[in-house]
Amino acid sequence: MTFGDWITEIANWAWLGIAIPTLVSAYFVVTARNVVRAVLSLVVALAGTASLFMMLGAEFVGWTIVLVYIGAVVILFLIGIMITRAPLTKTAELSQPIAMRTPAALLSAVLFLVIAWASIASFGGEAIPLPDEASRTASIGESLFTNWVIPFEVVSFVLLAALIGGIALARQDAPEEEGA
Amino acid sequence: MTIVQFLLLGAAMFSIGLYGVLTRRNAVLVLASLELMLAAVNVNLVAFDIYLGDALRTGQMITLFLIAIAAAEVGIGIAIILMIFRNRQSADVDELDTMRY
Repeated sequence: MTFGDWITEIANWAWLGIAIPTLVSAYFVVTARNVVRAVLSLVVALAGTASLFMMLGAEFVGWTIVLVYIGAVVILFLIGIMITRAPLTKTAELSQPIAMRTPAALLSAVLFLVIAWASIASFGGEAIPLPDEASRTASIGESLFTNWVIPFEVVSFVLLAALIGGIALARQDAPEEEGA
Repeated sequence: MTIVQFLLLGAAMFSIGLYGVLTRRNAVLVLASLELMLAAVNVNLVAFDIYLGDALRTGQMITLFLIAIAAAEVGIGIAIILMIFRNRQSADVDELDTMRY
């Protein structure tokens, strides 16, 4: 598929409309000078990935991203910021000085170029066969509770362990009573 | 739509997340950049799942497990940052150098 074919396909315009805000807000997450703004940009970036999943026909995964990430994880981040009393106003102290940012930016750029080169060399121009039906949540549920049921149970155990571990780490021991 | 455009988006998000992990000083923002890297991996997994048309939906399943484990990781991570803040009165990763000297 050439670039001319690609740009005339209407779905790719929708893709660009999602991908560009996603990348811009991802950039804000790592560079914003305001902590709360950085975390709220994460909402836009994750919502962008969720909409891409829905474009691909992976509805269930997209809504899971919305519920788990945007609904729960971002709230945890905001609570973490407020508890650790991070400076809520604009400050340059949130990032390393420029002497450390430059090598980090170079490393990230090289990593991107290597992955991009490998992807284009391996899959250049191959089209994704989009599914015909709109939703495949039923097939995901079937697969989850037949072929993937043991990993599913293991993950629920991991979540339980994380819950107990989080409480055990974060609880403040009550001061000991006199004579107790 | 081609597979490459999703792979390039994933690569760009992963690189931006790596930059954030390397340059942020506040521990909560390091975790947020880590979430960006995980989201990039999710994009790749779902794109490959649709591309291959797997009957077992392997890519989407692994994405779901990844989301659950990432949620657990954030919960534990915030709890650890909270503990560090209580003991050191700071969430700055540069000041966590006790084991260095």
